[in-house]
Amino acid sequence: MNKLIETVTLESSPAELVQPDRVHTSLYTDPQIFDEEMQRIFYSTWVWVAHESEIPDAGSYKSTYIGKQPVIVVRDRKKQVHVLLNRCRHRGATVCEHKKGKTSSFVCPYHGWSYALDGSLRGVPHPESYGECLDKGEFPLVSLRVEAYAGMLFATFKDDIEPLVDFLGPAKKWMDLFMKQGAGYGIKVPGEHRFRFPGNWKIQLENTTDAYHFPLVHKSFLSSVDQQTLDMLDFVEGPGYVEDLGNGHSVMVMIPELVDLEADLDKPIPARFEELAQALRDEGIEEMQVRRIVRAVGGSGFNLNLFPNVACSMAFFRVLQPISVNETEIHHAVITMDGGPAVANRYRLRLHEHFQGPMGFGTPDDSEAWERVQKGSHAGEDLWILLNRGLPGEKPTEDGRVSDVSAETGMRAAYQQWKKMMSA
Amino acid sequence: MNLQLLQQVTAFIWQEGDMLDHGEYDAWLSLWSEKGVYVIPINPTEEDFENSLNYAYDDAHMREKRVVRLTGGESISTTPVPRTVRTLSRFRVLYEDAEYVTVRCAQNLREFRKDALKHYSADIVYELERAGDGFRIQRKLIRLINSDDALAGIGYIL
Repeated sequence: MNKLIETVTLESSPAELVQPDRVHTSLYTDPQIFDEEMQRIFYSTWVWVAHESEIPDAGSYKSTYIGKQPVIVVRDRKKQVHVLLNRCRHRGATVCEHKKGKTSSFVCPYHGWSYALDGSLRGVPHPESYGECLDKGEFPLVSLRVEAYAGMLFATFKDDIEPLVDFLGPAKKWMDLFMKQGAGYGIKVPGEHRFRFPGNWKIQLENTTDAYHFPLVHKSFLSSVDQQTLDMLDFVEGPGYVEDLGNGHSVMVMIPELVDLEADLDKPIPARFEELAQALRDEGIEEMQVRRIVRAVGGSGFNLNLFPNVACSMAFFRVLQPISVNETEIHHAVITMDGGPAVANRYRLRLHEHFQGPMGFGTPDDSEAWERVQKGSHAGEDLWILLNRGLPGEKPTEDGRVSDVSAETGMRAAYQQWKKMMSA
Repeated sequence: MNLQLLQQVTAFIWQEGDMLDHGEYDAWLSLWSEKGVYVIPINPTEEDFENSLNYAYDDAHMREKRVVRLTGGESISTTPVPRTVRTLSRFRVLYEDAEYVTVRCAQNLREFRKDALKHYSADIVYELERAGDGFRIQRKLIRLINSDDALAGIGYIL
Protein backbone atom coordinates (compact mmCIF):
# COMPACT_ATOMS: atom_id res chain seq x y z
CA MET A 1 0.00 0.00 0.00
CA ASN A 2 1.26 3.44 -0.87
CA LYS A 3 2.19 5.66 1.99
CA LEU A 4 -0.10 8.69 2.29
CA ILE A 5 1.53 11.95 1.30
CA GLU A 6 1.93 14.26 4.25
CA THR A 7 -0.03 17.38 3.24
CA VAL A 8 0.00 19.23 6.55
CA THR A 9 3.39 20.83 7.01
CA LEU A 10 4.63 22.47 10.18
CA GLU A 11 4.23 25.84 8.48
CA SER A 12 0.52 25.45 7.96
CA SER A 13 -0.31 24.94 11.63
CA PRO A 14 -2.38 28.02 12.55
CA ALA A 15 -0.77 28.25 15.98
CA GLU A 16 2.65 28.51 14.33
CA LEU A 17 1.53 31.05 11.75
CA VAL A 18 -0.09 33.49 14.15
CA GLN A 19 2.16 34.80 16.90
CA PRO A 20 1.07 37.39 19.48
CA ASP A 21 2.94 40.15 17.65
CA ARG A 22 3.14 38.94 14.01
CA VAL A 23 1.57 36.70 11.40
CA HIS A 24 3.23 34.64 8.72
CA THR A 25 3.23 35.99 5.15
CA SER A 26 1.65 32.77 3.85
CA LEU A 27 -1.65 33.96 5.34
CA TYR A 28 -1.86 36.30 2.35
CA THR A 29 -0.53 33.99 -0.33
CA ASP A 30 -1.27 30.30 0.33
CA PRO A 31 -4.32 29.03 -1.63
CA GLN A 32 -4.63 26.07 0.73
CA ILE A 33 -5.00 28.40 3.68
CA PHE A 34 -7.65 30.32 1.74
CA ASP A 35 -9.67 27.14 1.17
CA GLU A 36 -9.41 26.28 4.85
CA GLU A 37 -10.59 29.79 5.75
CA MET A 38 -13.75 29.31 3.72
CA GLN A 39 -14.58 26.12 5.66
CA ARG A 40 -13.40 27.03 9.11
CA ILE A 41 -14.30 30.73 9.19
CA PHE A 42 -16.85 31.78 6.55
CA TYR A 43 -18.89 28.56 6.75
CA SER A 44 -18.52 28.25 10.52
CA THR A 45 -19.44 31.62 12.02
CA TRP A 46 -21.89 34.51 11.74
CA VAL A 47 -21.40 36.33 8.43
CA TRP A 48 -23.08 39.65 7.64
CA VAL A 49 -25.43 39.41 4.66
CA ALA A 50 -27.53 42.61 4.55
CA HIS A 51 -28.93 45.61 6.32
CA GLU A 52 -32.66 45.21 6.92
CA SER A 53 -33.42 48.35 4.86
CA GLU A 54 -32.06 46.62 1.74
CA ILE A 55 -35.06 44.25 1.82
CA PRO A 56 -37.82 46.52 3.17
CA ASP A 57 -40.99 44.81 1.92
CA ALA A 58 -42.53 41.37 1.59
CA GLY A 59 -40.87 39.90 -1.52
CA SER A 60 -37.80 42.19 -1.41
CA TYR A 61 -34.59 40.29 -1.95
CA LYS A 62 -30.86 40.76 -2.39
CA SER A 63 -28.40 38.23 -3.77
CA THR A 64 -24.96 38.04 -2.23
CA TYR A 65 -22.27 35.57 -1.11
CA ILE A 66 -21.21 33.88 2.07
CA GLY A 67 -17.61 33.02 1.39
CA LYS A 68 -17.76 31.52 -2.12
CA GLN A 69 -21.39 30.39 -1.92
CA PRO A 70 -24.14 32.44 -3.61
CA VAL A 71 -27.12 33.15 -1.34
CA ILE A 72 -30.40 35.07 -1.52
CA VAL A 73 -31.53 37.23 1.38
CA VAL A 74 -35.31 37.56 1.12
CA ARG A 75 -38.30 38.75 3.13
CA ASP A 76 -41.34 36.46 2.90
CA ARG A 77 -45.03 37.40 2.93
CA LYS A 78 -45.06 37.48 6.73
CA LYS A 79 -41.98 39.77 6.64
CA GLN A 80 -39.74 37.02 8.01
CA VAL A 81 -36.17 37.11 6.64
CA HIS A 82 -34.69 33.99 5.02
CA VAL A 83 -31.18 33.37 3.76
CA LEU A 84 -31.34 30.71 1.04
CA LEU A 85 -28.62 29.01 -0.95
CA ASN A 86 -28.97 30.25 -4.53
CA ARG A 87 -29.09 26.80 -6.11
CA CYS A 88 -31.96 24.84 -7.52
CA ARG A 89 -32.37 21.47 -5.79
CA HIS A 90 -32.91 19.76 -9.15
CA ARG A 91 -29.71 20.22 -11.13
CA GLY A 92 -27.99 23.07 -9.36
CA ALA A 93 -28.67 26.22 -11.43
CA THR A 94 -28.91 29.55 -9.64
CA VAL A 95 -32.54 30.63 -9.22
CA CYS A 96 -31.78 34.35 -8.93
CA GLU A 97 -29.36 36.43 -11.00
CA HIS A 98 -30.46 39.93 -9.96
CA LYS A 99 -28.58 41.86 -7.28
CA LYS A 100 -31.74 43.29 -5.81
CA GLY A 101 -35.44 43.31 -6.52
CA LYS A 102 -38.89 42.24 -5.55
CA THR A 103 -40.58 38.98 -6.46
CA SER A 104 -43.29 36.56 -5.40
CA SER A 105 -41.23 33.41 -6.05
CA PHE A 106 -37.91 32.12 -7.37
CA VAL A 107 -38.20 30.07 -10.54
CA CYS A 108 -35.29 28.06 -11.89
CA PRO A 109 -34.78 29.03 -15.56
CA TYR A 110 -33.58 25.54 -16.53
CA HIS A 111 -36.59 23.28 -15.90
CA GLY A 112 -38.99 25.64 -14.17
CA TRP A 113 -38.90 24.38 -10.58
CA SER A 114 -40.47 27.14 -8.50
CA TYR A 115 -39.82 28.06 -4.90
CA ALA A 116 -41.77 30.23 -2.45
CA LEU A 117 -40.12 33.17 -0.66
CA ASP A 118 -39.39 30.93 2.33
CA GLY A 119 -37.53 28.53 0.03
CA SER A 120 -40.16 25.76 -0.03
CA LEU A 121 -40.53 23.95 -3.35
CA ARG A 122 -43.95 24.88 -4.69
CA GLY A 123 -44.10 23.20 -8.04
CA VAL A 124 -42.24 21.24 -10.71
CA PRO A 125 -43.49 21.22 -14.32
CA HIS A 126 -44.80 17.90 -15.66
CA PRO A 127 -44.56 15.99 -12.35
CA GLU A 128 -46.08 12.77 -13.78
CA SER A 129 -42.71 11.33 -14.76
CA TYR A 130 -41.59 11.38 -11.10
CA GLY A 131 -44.44 9.09 -10.09
CA GLU A 132 -44.05 8.74 -6.30
CA CYS A 133 -40.29 9.31 -6.25
CA LEU A 134 -40.19 13.07 -5.62
CA ASP A 135 -41.36 14.41 -2.27
CA LYS A 136 -41.40 18.20 -2.70
CA GLY A 137 -41.13 18.65 1.06
CA GLU A 138 -37.61 17.20 0.89
CA PHE A 139 -36.24 19.69 -1.61
CA PRO A 140 -36.62 23.29 -0.49
CA LEU A 141 -33.88 25.82 -1.24
CA VAL A 142 -31.41 25.22 1.57
CA SER A 143 -32.21 27.72 4.31
CA LEU A 144 -29.52 29.05 6.66
CA ARG A 145 -29.84 30.19 10.24
CA VAL A 146 -30.36 33.97 10.32
CA GLU A 147 -30.32 36.41 13.23
CA ALA A 148 -30.24 40.20 13.48
CA TYR A 149 -28.96 42.92 15.74
CA ALA A 150 -29.48 46.68 15.34
CA GLY A 151 -30.85 46.16 11.83
CA MET A 152 -27.81 44.19 10.66
CA LEU A 153 -28.63 40.71 9.33
CA PHE A 154 -26.19 37.83 9.79
CA ALA A 155 -26.42 34.22 8.65
CA THR A 156 -24.56 31.02 9.41
CA PHE A 157 -24.38 27.45 8.12
CA LYS A 158 -24.00 26.23 11.72
CA ASP A 159 -26.98 25.36 13.87
CA ASP A 160 -24.84 24.67 16.91
CA ILE A 161 -22.87 27.90 17.34
CA GLU A 162 -23.69 30.56 19.91
CA PRO A 163 -26.54 33.05 19.26
CA LEU A 164 -25.53 36.15 17.27
CA VAL A 165 -25.87 38.46 20.29
CA ASP A 166 -23.39 36.35 22.24
CA PHE A 167 -20.96 36.32 19.31
CA LEU A 168 -21.15 40.12 19.04
CA GLY A 169 -20.76 40.60 22.80
CA PRO A 170 -19.41 44.06 23.70
CA ALA A 171 -19.54 45.08 20.03
CA LYS A 172 -23.32 45.46 20.40
CA LYS A 173 -23.11 48.75 22.28
CA TRP A 174 -20.93 50.18 19.49
CA MET A 175 -23.49 49.06 16.91
CA ASP A 176 -26.17 50.89 18.90
CA LEU A 177 -23.99 54.03 18.94
CA PHE A 178 -23.34 53.74 15.20
CA MET A 179 -27.06 53.59 14.41
CA LYS A 180 -27.51 57.05 15.97
CA GLN A 181 -26.61 58.25 12.49
CA GLY A 182 -30.30 57.74 11.80
CA ALA A 183 -30.92 60.89 13.92
CA GLY A 184 -34.27 59.47 15.01
CA TYR A 185 -35.19 58.36 11.50
CA GLY A 186 -34.33 54.83 10.51
CA ILE A 187 -31.00 53.84 8.95
CA LYS A 188 -31.28 53.19 5.23
CA VAL A 189 -28.80 51.68 2.77
CA PRO A 190 -29.82 53.17 -0.60
CA GLY A 191 -26.73 52.15 -2.57
CA GLU A 192 -23.12 51.08 -2.47
CA HIS A 193 -19.78 51.39 -4.19
CA ARG A 194 -18.33 48.04 -5.22
CA PHE A 195 -14.74 47.46 -6.25
CA ARG A 196 -12.17 44.72 -6.33
CA PHE A 197 -8.49 44.76 -5.51
CA PRO A 198 -5.86 42.12 -6.22
CA GLY A 199 -5.10 41.13 -2.65
CA ASN A 200 -6.07 38.90 0.24
CA TRP A 201 -9.22 39.70 2.25
CA LYS A 202 -7.35 40.02 5.55
CA ILE A 203 -5.39 43.01 4.20
CA GLN A 204 -8.70 44.89 4.09
CA LEU A 205 -9.79 43.43 7.44
CA GLU A 206 -6.65 44.88 9.06
CA ASN A 207 -7.13 48.29 7.46
CA THR A 208 -10.39 49.08 9.24
CA THR A 209 -8.59 49.62 12.53
CA ASP A 210 -5.38 51.06 11.02
CA ALA A 211 -5.13 54.73 11.96
CA TYR A 212 -1.39 54.69 11.23
CA HIS A 213 -1.84 54.79 7.43
CA PHE A 214 -4.37 57.59 7.34
CA PRO A 215 -2.25 60.78 7.14
CA LEU A 216 0.08 59.22 4.57
CA VAL A 217 -2.17 57.21 2.25
CA HIS A 218 -4.96 59.79 2.40
CA LYS A 219 -2.81 62.87 1.93
CA SER A 220 -4.60 63.87 -1.27
CA PHE A 221 -7.98 63.52 0.45
CA LEU A 222 -6.79 65.59 3.41
CA SER A 223 -5.62 68.28 0.98
CA SER A 224 -9.18 68.51 -0.34
CA VAL A 225 -11.01 69.26 2.93
CA ASP A 226 -11.41 72.43 5.04
CA GLN A 227 -9.20 73.25 8.04
CA GLN A 228 -11.78 72.14 10.61
CA THR A 229 -12.12 68.71 9.01
CA LEU A 230 -8.36 68.50 8.71
CA ASP A 231 -7.95 69.18 12.45
CA MET A 232 -10.65 66.62 13.23
CA LEU A 233 -8.90 63.96 11.12
CA ASP A 234 -5.50 64.67 12.68
CA PHE A 235 -6.00 61.82 15.14
CA VAL A 236 -2.87 59.69 14.97
CA GLU A 237 -1.28 61.36 17.99
CA GLY A 238 -4.63 62.22 19.56
CA PRO A 239 -6.53 60.79 22.55
CA GLY A 240 -8.29 58.03 20.56
CA TYR A 241 -7.75 54.34 21.13
CA VAL A 242 -8.20 50.85 19.72
CA GLU A 243 -9.96 48.23 21.82
CA ASP A 244 -10.13 44.47 21.35
CA LEU A 245 -13.77 43.51 21.98
CA GLY A 246 -13.32 39.73 21.87
CA ASN A 247 -14.27 37.14 19.21
CA GLY A 248 -12.12 39.00 16.67
CA HIS A 249 -14.12 42.22 16.90
CA SER A 250 -12.48 45.55 17.68
CA VAL A 251 -13.18 49.25 17.68
CA MET A 252 -10.90 52.12 16.72
CA VAL A 253 -12.03 55.43 18.19
CA MET A 254 -10.42 58.22 16.18
CA ILE A 255 -12.55 61.14 17.33
CA PRO A 256 -13.73 60.55 20.92
CA GLU A 257 -16.13 63.54 20.88
CA LEU A 258 -18.02 61.86 18.01
CA VAL A 259 -18.61 58.53 19.76
CA ASP A 260 -22.09 59.51 20.97
CA LEU A 261 -23.77 61.57 18.26
CA GLU A 262 -26.61 62.53 20.57
CA ALA A 263 -24.30 64.10 23.16
CA ASP A 264 -23.00 67.69 23.05
CA LEU A 265 -25.82 68.93 20.83
CA ASP A 266 -25.31 72.43 22.25
CA LYS A 267 -21.76 72.67 20.85
CA PRO A 268 -21.16 75.04 17.88
CA ILE A 269 -22.05 73.64 14.46
CA PRO A 270 -18.92 73.20 12.30
CA ALA A 271 -18.62 75.82 9.55
CA ARG A 272 -18.91 73.21 6.78
CA PHE A 273 -22.39 72.25 8.03
CA GLU A 274 -23.77 75.76 8.62
CA GLU A 275 -25.47 75.90 5.25
CA LEU A 276 -27.11 72.53 5.91
CA ALA A 277 -28.24 73.62 9.38
CA GLN A 278 -29.84 76.72 7.91
CA ALA A 279 -31.58 74.71 5.19
CA LEU A 280 -33.01 72.41 7.89
CA ARG A 281 -34.18 75.39 9.99
CA ASP A 282 -35.81 76.80 6.86
CA GLU A 283 -37.79 73.57 6.60
CA GLY A 284 -39.22 74.31 10.03
CA ILE A 285 -37.22 71.68 11.92
CA GLU A 286 -36.66 72.70 15.55
CA GLU A 287 -33.13 73.61 16.65
CA MET A 288 -32.24 70.52 18.71
CA GLN A 289 -33.32 68.21 15.89
CA VAL A 290 -31.36 70.32 13.40
CA ARG A 291 -28.28 69.79 15.55
CA ARG A 292 -28.99 66.09 15.91
CA ILE A 293 -29.28 65.71 12.12
CA VAL A 294 -26.14 67.76 11.47
CA ARG A 295 -24.09 65.67 13.90
CA ALA A 296 -25.48 62.50 12.34
CA VAL A 297 -24.58 63.66 8.82
CA GLY A 298 -20.92 64.04 9.80
CA GLY A 299 -20.75 60.37 10.83
CA SER A 300 -19.48 58.54 13.90
CA GLY A 301 -15.96 59.04 15.23
CA PHE A 302 -15.09 55.35 15.22
CA ASN A 303 -14.63 52.24 13.08
CA LEU A 304 -16.12 49.03 14.46
CA ASN A 305 -14.68 45.90 12.88
CA LEU A 306 -16.91 42.81 13.15
CA PHE A 307 -15.06 39.61 12.36
CA PRO A 308 -14.95 38.34 9.66
CA ASN A 309 -16.64 40.44 6.97
CA VAL A 310 -18.29 43.72 7.97
CA ALA A 311 -17.42 47.01 9.59
CA CYS A 312 -19.41 49.99 10.79
CA SER A 313 -16.92 52.48 9.45
CA MET A 314 -17.52 56.12 10.46
CA ALA A 315 -20.45 56.79 8.08
CA PHE A 316 -20.91 53.61 6.02
CA PHE A 317 -20.89 49.82 6.14
CA ARG A 318 -17.72 48.27 4.77
CA VAL A 319 -18.27 44.70 3.57
CA LEU A 320 -15.58 42.38 2.30
CA GLN A 321 -16.11 39.34 0.13
CA PRO A 322 -13.18 37.00 -0.50
CA ILE A 323 -12.90 36.00 -4.17
CA SER A 324 -9.64 34.04 -4.07
CA VAL A 325 -6.41 34.05 -2.09
CA ASN A 326 -5.31 37.14 -4.00
CA GLU A 327 -8.54 38.89 -4.88
CA THR A 328 -11.16 40.59 -2.73
CA GLU A 329 -14.35 42.47 -3.47
CA ILE A 330 -15.29 45.39 -1.25
CA HIS A 331 -18.68 47.04 -0.85
CA HIS A 332 -18.96 50.47 0.71
CA ALA A 333 -22.67 50.79 1.50
CA VAL A 334 -23.84 54.36 1.97
CA ILE A 335 -26.15 55.20 4.86
CA THR A 336 -28.93 57.78 4.77
CA MET A 337 -31.76 58.71 7.13
CA ASP A 338 -34.87 56.77 6.11
CA GLY A 339 -37.51 59.43 5.54
CA GLY A 340 -35.09 62.11 6.76
CA PRO A 341 -34.72 65.53 5.11
CA ALA A 342 -33.53 65.13 1.50
CA VAL A 343 -31.08 68.01 1.87
CA ALA A 344 -29.34 66.20 4.74
CA ASN A 345 -29.27 62.91 2.86
CA ARG A 346 -27.71 64.66 -0.14
CA TYR A 347 -24.89 65.82 2.15
CA ARG A 348 -24.30 62.23 3.19
CA LEU A 349 -24.31 61.00 -0.41
CA ARG A 350 -21.82 63.68 -1.47
CA LEU A 351 -19.56 63.00 1.55
CA HIS A 352 -19.57 59.29 0.66
CA GLU A 353 -18.74 59.99 -3.00
CA HIS A 354 -15.92 62.32 -1.92
CA PHE A 355 -13.95 59.56 -0.16
CA GLN A 356 -15.35 56.19 -1.27
CA GLY A 357 -15.61 54.25 -4.47
CA PRO A 358 -13.41 53.78 -7.53
CA MET A 359 -13.40 57.52 -8.20
CA GLY A 360 -13.35 58.69 -4.58
CA PHE A 361 -10.48 60.66 -3.12
CA GLY A 362 -9.68 57.95 -0.55
CA THR A 363 -10.59 54.42 -1.63
CA PRO A 364 -8.32 54.15 -4.70
CA ASP A 365 -5.29 55.01 -2.57
CA ASP A 366 -6.20 52.37 0.02
CA SER A 367 -6.68 49.91 -2.80
CA GLU A 368 -3.26 50.76 -4.24
CA ALA A 369 -1.59 50.25 -0.85
CA TRP A 370 -3.29 46.86 -0.35
CA GLU A 371 -2.37 45.75 -3.87
CA ARG A 372 1.24 46.55 -3.05
CA VAL A 373 1.07 44.53 0.16
CA GLN A 374 -0.08 41.51 -1.84
CA LYS A 375 2.63 42.02 -4.47
CA GLY A 376 5.37 42.58 -1.90
CA SER A 377 4.34 39.58 0.15
CA HIS A 378 5.54 37.29 -2.65
CA ALA A 379 9.06 38.42 -1.83
CA GLY A 380 10.67 36.66 1.11
CA GLU A 381 8.14 33.94 1.71
CA ASP A 382 9.61 33.12 5.11
CA LEU A 383 9.18 36.67 6.39
CA TRP A 384 6.52 37.88 8.79
CA ILE A 385 3.91 40.65 8.83
CA LEU A 386 4.55 42.79 11.90
CA LEU A 387 1.62 43.61 14.15
CA ASN A 388 3.42 44.79 17.28
CA ARG A 389 2.60 48.49 17.14
CA GLY A 390 1.11 49.72 20.43
CA LEU A 391 1.88 46.45 22.18
CA PRO A 392 3.90 47.94 25.08
CA GLY A 393 1.05 50.30 26.03
CA GLU A 394 -1.70 47.70 25.82
CA LYS A 395 -3.84 47.32 28.97
CA PRO A 396 -6.74 45.06 29.95
CA THR A 397 -10.26 46.56 30.02
CA GLU A 398 -13.69 45.33 30.98
CA ASP A 399 -14.32 44.29 27.36
CA GLY A 400 -10.85 43.19 26.27
CA ARG A 401 -7.62 45.09 25.74
CA VAL A 402 -6.93 48.68 24.76
CA SER A 403 -4.01 50.65 23.36
CA ASP A 404 -3.40 53.94 21.56
CA VAL A 405 -5.34 54.95 18.43
CA SER A 406 -2.66 53.79 15.99
CA ALA A 407 -1.97 50.53 17.82
CA GLU A 408 -2.35 47.27 15.89
CA THR A 409 -4.54 45.92 18.70
CA GLY A 410 -7.56 45.41 16.42
CA MET A 411 -5.49 43.37 13.95
CA ARG A 412 -4.07 41.26 16.76
CA ALA A 413 -7.65 40.65 17.96
CA ALA A 414 -8.75 39.52 14.50
CA TYR A 415 -5.77 37.18 14.07
CA GLN A 416 -6.28 35.60 17.50
CA GLN A 417 -9.84 34.77 16.42
CA TRP A 418 -8.48 33.52 13.08
CA LYS A 419 -6.07 31.24 14.94
CA LYS A 420 -8.81 29.95 17.23
CA MET A 421 -11.17 29.16 14.36
CA MET A 422 -8.50 27.73 12.07
CA SER A 423 -7.30 25.43 14.89
CA ALA A 424 -10.79 24.25 15.89
CA MET B 1 -30.33 66.56 -40.08
CA ASN B 2 -28.36 69.65 -39.05
CA LEU B 3 -24.92 68.51 -40.21
CA GLN B 4 -23.29 71.80 -39.37
CA LEU B 5 -24.40 71.51 -35.74
CA LEU B 6 -23.33 67.86 -35.63
CA GLN B 7 -19.90 68.89 -36.85
CA GLN B 8 -19.68 71.70 -34.28
CA VAL B 9 -20.57 69.54 -31.29
CA THR B 10 -18.34 66.72 -32.52
CA ALA B 11 -15.38 69.09 -32.77
CA PHE B 12 -16.09 70.41 -29.28
CA ILE B 13 -16.36 66.94 -27.70
CA TRP B 14 -13.27 65.62 -29.50
CA GLN B 15 -11.37 68.59 -28.21
CA GLU B 16 -12.55 67.89 -24.68
CA GLY B 17 -11.47 64.24 -24.95
CA ASP B 18 -8.07 65.25 -26.29
CA MET B 19 -7.56 67.65 -23.38
CA LEU B 20 -8.32 64.87 -20.88
CA ASP B 21 -6.03 62.32 -22.55
CA HIS B 22 -3.22 64.87 -22.58
CA GLY B 23 -3.67 66.24 -19.08
CA GLU B 24 -4.68 69.75 -20.09
CA TYR B 25 -6.88 70.15 -17.04
CA ASP B 26 -6.98 73.95 -16.76
CA ALA B 27 -8.25 74.14 -20.32
CA TRP B 28 -10.73 71.36 -19.51
CA LEU B 29 -12.08 73.20 -16.45
CA SER B 30 -12.66 76.28 -18.61
CA LEU B 31 -15.01 74.30 -20.90
CA TRP B 32 -17.61 74.14 -18.14
CA SER B 33 -20.46 76.44 -17.31
CA GLU B 34 -20.29 77.63 -13.69
CA LYS B 35 -23.24 75.47 -12.61
CA GLY B 36 -22.23 72.47 -14.69
CA VAL B 37 -22.34 68.98 -13.20
CA TYR B 38 -20.13 65.99 -14.01
CA VAL B 39 -22.04 62.77 -13.20
CA ILE B 40 -21.13 59.10 -13.26
CA PRO B 41 -24.11 57.14 -11.91
CA ILE B 42 -23.99 53.59 -10.55
CA ASN B 43 -27.51 52.47 -11.40
CA PRO B 44 -27.88 52.23 -15.22
CA THR B 45 -31.49 53.46 -15.11
CA GLU B 46 -31.03 56.23 -12.55
CA GLU B 47 -32.41 59.67 -13.42
CA ASP B 48 -32.40 61.41 -10.01
CA PHE B 49 -28.63 61.77 -9.68
CA GLU B 50 -28.66 64.41 -6.99
CA ASN B 51 -30.57 62.17 -4.58
CA SER B 52 -28.73 58.93 -5.29
CA LEU B 53 -25.25 57.51 -4.86
CA ASN B 54 -22.94 58.04 -7.85
CA TYR B 55 -19.30 57.36 -8.61
CA ALA B 56 -18.92 61.08 -9.13
CA TYR B 57 -21.29 64.01 -8.81
CA ASP B 58 -18.97 66.98 -9.25
CA ASP B 59 -19.89 70.64 -9.19
CA ALA B 60 -17.27 73.25 -10.13
CA HIS B 61 -15.67 73.04 -6.69
CA MET B 62 -15.28 69.25 -6.81
CA ARG B 63 -14.00 69.31 -10.39
CA GLU B 64 -11.22 71.62 -9.33
CA LYS B 65 -10.39 69.44 -6.33
CA ARG B 66 -10.36 66.35 -8.57
CA VAL B 67 -7.86 68.00 -10.89
CA VAL B 68 -5.66 68.96 -7.92
CA ARG B 69 -5.79 65.36 -6.67
CA LEU B 70 -4.85 63.94 -10.08
CA THR B 71 -1.98 66.34 -10.62
CA GLY B 72 -0.79 67.06 -7.05
CA GLY B 73 1.47 64.02 -6.68
CA GLU B 74 0.02 63.21 -3.23
CA SER B 75 -1.98 60.18 -4.30
CA ILE B 76 -0.30 56.78 -4.69
CA SER B 77 -3.08 55.56 -6.97
CA THR B 78 -2.37 58.27 -9.55
CA THR B 79 1.41 58.08 -9.37
CA PRO B 80 2.48 56.89 -11.86
CA VAL B 81 -0.18 58.72 -13.84
CA PRO B 82 -2.44 56.36 -15.82
CA ARG B 83 -2.15 56.80 -19.61
CA THR B 84 -5.45 56.98 -21.42
CA VAL B 85 -6.65 57.02 -25.01
CA ARG B 86 -10.35 57.59 -25.57
CA THR B 87 -12.24 57.23 -28.80
CA LEU B 88 -15.53 59.08 -29.20
CA SER B 89 -17.98 58.31 -31.93
CA ARG B 90 -21.66 57.65 -32.80
CA PHE B 91 -22.64 61.28 -32.16
CA ARG B 92 -26.35 62.04 -32.24
CA VAL B 93 -28.03 65.36 -31.49
CA LEU B 94 -30.99 64.59 -29.21
CA TYR B 95 -32.19 68.14 -28.69
CA GLU B 96 -31.44 71.64 -29.90
CA ASP B 97 -32.82 75.09 -29.47
CA ALA B 98 -31.42 78.62 -29.60
CA GLU B 99 -29.64 78.21 -26.26
CA TYR B 100 -29.02 74.50 -25.66
CA VAL B 101 -27.92 71.34 -27.43
CA THR B 102 -28.03 67.78 -26.09
CA VAL B 103 -25.70 65.22 -27.70
CA ARG B 104 -25.31 61.51 -27.04
CA CYS B 105 -22.20 59.62 -28.10
CA ALA B 106 -20.16 56.48 -27.42
CA GLN B 107 -16.83 56.50 -25.62
CA ASN B 108 -14.33 53.68 -25.59
CA LEU B 109 -11.43 54.34 -23.30
CA ARG B 110 -8.25 52.35 -22.86
CA GLU B 111 -6.22 52.84 -19.72
CA PHE B 112 -2.70 51.65 -19.04
CA ARG B 113 -1.01 51.95 -15.67
CA LYS B 114 1.90 49.95 -14.29
CA ASP B 115 1.27 46.51 -15.79
CA ALA B 116 -2.43 46.51 -16.61
CA LEU B 117 -4.45 47.53 -19.66
CA LYS B 118 -8.10 48.23 -18.86
CA HIS B 119 -11.09 49.11 -20.98
CA TYR B 120 -14.15 51.21 -20.14
CA SER B 121 -17.08 51.70 -22.52
CA ALA B 122 -19.70 54.32 -21.86
CA ASP B 123 -22.63 56.20 -23.27
CA ILE B 124 -22.07 59.91 -22.68
CA VAL B 125 -24.81 62.52 -22.79
CA TYR B 126 -23.57 66.10 -23.08
CA GLU B 127 -25.91 68.95 -22.25
CA LEU B 128 -24.28 71.96 -23.87
CA GLU B 129 -25.04 75.62 -23.61
CA ARG B 130 -24.29 77.73 -26.68
CA ALA B 131 -21.61 80.33 -25.90
CA GLY B 132 -20.53 82.59 -28.77
CA ASP B 133 -19.16 80.36 -31.52
CA GLY B 134 -18.78 77.41 -29.19
CA PHE B 135 -20.31 75.72 -26.15
CA ARG B 136 -20.11 75.40 -22.39
CA ILE B 137 -20.78 72.04 -20.69
CA GLN B 138 -23.88 72.12 -18.50
CA ARG B 139 -23.88 68.46 -17.74
CA LYS B 140 -21.73 65.53 -18.74
CA LEU B 141 -23.47 62.26 -17.89
CA ILE B 142 -21.30 59.18 -18.20
CA ARG B 143 -23.13 55.86 -18.17
CA LEU B 144 -20.52 53.10 -17.99
CA ILE B 145 -21.97 49.92 -19.46
CA ASN B 146 -20.60 48.02 -16.45
CA SER B 147 -21.52 50.70 -13.90
CA ASP B 148 -23.27 48.22 -11.62
CA ASP B 149 -20.36 45.79 -11.59
CA ALA B 150 -17.41 45.92 -9.18
CA LEU B 151 -14.90 48.33 -10.71
CA ALA B 152 -11.23 48.98 -10.01
CA GLY B 153 -9.83 52.38 -9.06
CA ILE B 154 -10.18 55.00 -11.84
CA GLY B 155 -7.40 57.53 -11.41
CA TYR B 156 -8.34 59.95 -14.18
CA ILE B 157 -11.34 61.80 -15.57
CA LEU B 158 -13.71 59.76 -17.73
